[in-house]
Amino acid sequence: MPIPMRTSLQNLDLEAGRDLSFINAVAKESGQDLKSCYQCGNCTAGCAYTHDYDIPVHQVMRLVQLGRKDEVLSCRSIWLCATCQACTTRCPNNIEVATVMDVLRHMARAEGRAPERLVKTFADSFLSSVARHGRVFEAGLAMVFAIISGKPLQDAGLGPAMLSRGKLAFWPHEPTGNGKREVAEIFRRFHEGRPTSTAAATPAPSTQPTEENAK
Amino acid sequence: MSALGYYPGCSQSGTAAEYDISTRACLKALGVAMADVPDWTCCGSTPAHTVDHFLAGALAARNLIQAETAGFSRVTTPCPSCLAALKTANHRLADAADPGYRAEVERLLGRAAPGPLEAVSTLQVLYEQVGPQGVKAHVARPLSGLRVACYYGCIMNRPPGLMAFDDPENPVAMDELLTACGAEVVDFPFKTECCGAAFGMPRLDVMRRLSARIIEMAVSVGADCIAVACPLCQMNLDLRRGQVNAAAHTDSRLPVPYFTQLMALALGLPDKDIRLDKLVLPFGPALAAADEREKAREAERAAKAQAKTAAKPSDKETQPCA
Repeated sequence: MPIPMRTSLQNLDLEAGRDLSFINAVAKESGQDLKSCYQCGNCTAGCAYTHDYDIPVHQVMRLVQLGRKDEVLSCRSIWLCATCQACTTRCPNNIEVATVMDVLRHMARAEGRAPERLVKTFADSFLSSVARHGRVFEAGLAMVFAIISGKPLQDAGLGPAMLSRGKLAFWPHEPTGNGKREVAEIFRRFHEGRPTSTAAATPAPSTQPTEENAK
Repeated sequence: MSALGYYPGCSQSGTAAEYDISTRACLKALGVAMADVPDWTCCGSTPAHTVDHFLAGALAARNLIQAETAGFSRVTTPCPSCLAALKTANHRLADAADPGYRAEVERLLGRAAPGPLEAVSTLQVLYEQVGPQGVKAHVARPLSGLRVACYYGCIMNRPPGLMAFDDPENPVAMDELLTACGAEVVDFPFKTECCGAAFGMPRLDVMRRLSARIIEMAVSVGADCIAVACPLCQMNLDLRRGQVNAAAHTDSRLPVPYFTQLMALALGLPDKDIRLDKLVLPFGPALAAADEREKAREAERAAKAQAKTAAKPSDKETQPCA
């Protein structure tokens, strides 16, 4: 079901909602020159997901330039981006737009915002499976997700076809050596958190905003 | 070339087993030496980078360390998502201007990050190391008459700076390899359109709409099948076809083999190396359509030749009257 697009840009008070530290944090985390976006709209033109976005990707870029943190981090679009890289590939100014969308998702996560709850749940379930087994256990992931999502029957019809073709492994294919333990260690250190302020999992650093980035 | 490591990836030991089986068989038959990256683990795939770039980097880098320790100078994987994860980690670790990335990845790994190690798709290995001419020389059972839509998926060639192979908008490597196998590759405008990726579970409605467009396009250009190079694309277009058909009010049965299965078929490899039986939508109708097309062409050629020989004497007879 398509979500009606917001028309927030028409009513912006450019000064009121401008968060300079947000602009700088997105620029720093993504490593992208955000101000070079001149709103040509090529990213949106090639975006396979724009039909389902509440804010088209070129407008997300504009809102980031304007420092509209609240609108950006609460939108659905950043969760519905599949990182298909069409935007990055076609940007005439070589901005890695998909990387910016990724960084915005990290920031929304850190603030506990996820309007597309199931998209976040899917990523979390996937990574839990990897943390537990060292590799993703597809059947286990599907079952866990079916339960957590509250849509247990959505993919139930796929079971027989997978079973009869030997595609449904009942046990995880775990790595044979130290792999499983080493992956668990990576996740343990990740959850311990980063000692530096560059952590995307922690709130964005409030570095001194520069006029150059804010323009 | 024993320095080529093979990273199968999680899907290839589960839902995409036939991709792994046929890939290994093709490499072997075409004389490409490789060995598995020992004790490999998940690359992190899309979920990892959507959560944290350092976590994604560490999960991928662990496999680069495994490959490096085993003495491989290059690592290949059939899966575009694994490829993107391995390439991204490799690329960012090599960036001297970004020491913070290496430091945090090393903290997560608990040891030194690996040195630069090239990651390439198995499609690229087949294209560059064997090439269309090399494949052609090994074809035992040409895919004559089979009309194939080559579908590369969204990230096999994108972003071009990172993936650094073929054209990002109109890739041709698979087209050329399958043409060398005798197939008739059709013009397919949606080669790199997104199939809905991992939204099958969390947003089935979104995934169905995107996969439906790709299937509809393949049908409209007259393809007998859609050849794919990605386990997620394959799952969306094949296993989830019933869901796609139900939403799009269509009844398409167009099969979706991996390009390596088509190659293995052309190379005359045994069924156990191709595993077309693992596809949800049966491949038989595509082969039947190809055979029928070839027979019709042959009959047409024979009829033309007959008409030509039959026409010759009558030409002579009518000449004096002219």
